[in-house]
Amino acid sequence: MSMRIIPREVIVEKVADLCFKAAVDLPDDVYRAIKRAGEREESPIGKSILVNLVKNADIARQERVPICQDTGVAVYFVEIGTSVDMSQWDIYEVLEEATTLGYTRGYLRLSVARDPLEDRSNSKTNGPPVVHLKLVPGDKLKITLAPKGGGSENMSALAMLKPLAGKEGVINFVIDTVRKAGGNPCPPCIIGLGLGGNFEMAPFLAKKALLREVGERHPNPYYAQFETEILEKVNASGIGPGGLGGSTTALDVHIETYPCHIASLPAAVNLNCHAARHASIEI
Amino acid sequence: MVKHVSLPLTAEDVKSLKAGDEVLLSGVLYTARDAAHQRLCKLIDEGRELPFDIKGALIYYVGPTPAQPGRPVGSAGPTTSSRMDGFAPKLIACGLRGMLGKGGRSQEVIEAMKQYGCVYFAAIGGAGALMAKAVKSAEIIAWEDLGCEALRRMEVENLQAYVAIDAEGNSLYR
Repeated sequence: MSMRIIPREVIVEKVADLCFKAAVDLPDDVYRAIKRAGEREESPIGKSILVNLVKNADIARQERVPICQDTGVAVYFVEIGTSVDMSQWDIYEVLEEATTLGYTRGYLRLSVARDPLEDRSNSKTNGPPVVHLKLVPGDKLKITLAPKGGGSENMSALAMLKPLAGKEGVINFVIDTVRKAGGNPCPPCIIGLGLGGNFEMAPFLAKKALLREVGERHPNPYYAQFETEILEKVNASGIGPGGLGGSTTALDVHIETYPCHIASLPAAVNLNCHAARHASIEI
Repeated sequence: MVKHVSLPLTAEDVKSLKAGDEVLLSGVLYTARDAAHQRLCKLIDEGRELPFDIKGALIYYVGPTPAQPGRPVGSAGPTTSSRMDGFAPKLIACGLRGMLGKGGRSQEVIEAMKQYGCVYFAAIGGAGALMAKAVKSAEIIAWEDLGCEALRRMEVENLQAYVAIDAEGNSLYR
């Protein structure tokens, strides 16, 4: 069977463009959700903020400037078809080069520190990115970029709950995380909730959950109902847009699950700001 | 009702602003984040002169994106203020009258605001494109090595914000 060759420069160019597009074009589902929330919000400040966020997204789209100055760390979800010839390039190197090209060419902010502790100086390339790979059947390369800002990432949390804590334990953990976060993660947020797996998998599930469209429910009715229940409780917290009060603290809650150890109930909350940016290409 | 506020701030301005006020800020402000705050406090500790007059000044917690050709600044929304909580009281004691950022502040910061007279404004987190429209000019005045975190002098006109914590300690955060 012949392997499909995808030239390195094609991937670099397309992914660099993707970096810019993700930074300036707010996805339609998020845009609509903010607009709808602005029509319903009763707190005057909350309403004012939501109306300004719609204005902000319009300016960014029309003038081709970043929606938010924190253009984030580039997080890639890559699906590589097993019939793609992977001996042609190293996908990690290709994505790092594309990230640097896209961020510098697009006047995006370089927000990566060289080292977490020893050397906090700016890497000046916005690299390296965070890359999640998945092998799938076929000869396509699908790349989703979800740039992630520091403000919302900093307020995310992981808990190893007791299995018998059940739904109530999960709700308490989510509400507690959202309360502690306050205005820091730029609410209204999108809440990614990863349940199950293990210590490192739950946060990955939570991050993956952020890629789902706003308003789209979990395919399992049990979790679909749970998403709605958590959303209502979060919005009853009163934190509101910008943390300045109101009924719009989250735009949506998305759950992803995986089986887990009989003794465990890992739960991870990954908060995303209202500038919930993501963009995909298939090559 | 929207209040128009001129920068730098007077002691009377600080007294008249109340938590919940929607404001439009115009005039000159200074931008600084974590590293610049650390350096400002070090200068104060060493008894040396600051790169700008802090009396009545407002500091905006922002690290903008690079300016596209023909623009004064790139996208310029606020960063999380609580990271500056450890440094803010020292600056407030030196005459800082306004801070602009996002999210709540520590009790120590609020106490210093009450003692010396300082207001904390919330900008709209994540509205960097909108806020950049209010920026008329921006120039780096110190610490260019910090890149987007360098200390900048910014001239703004009608920059949208809200009084989140006033000088009496009233706060919109819960």
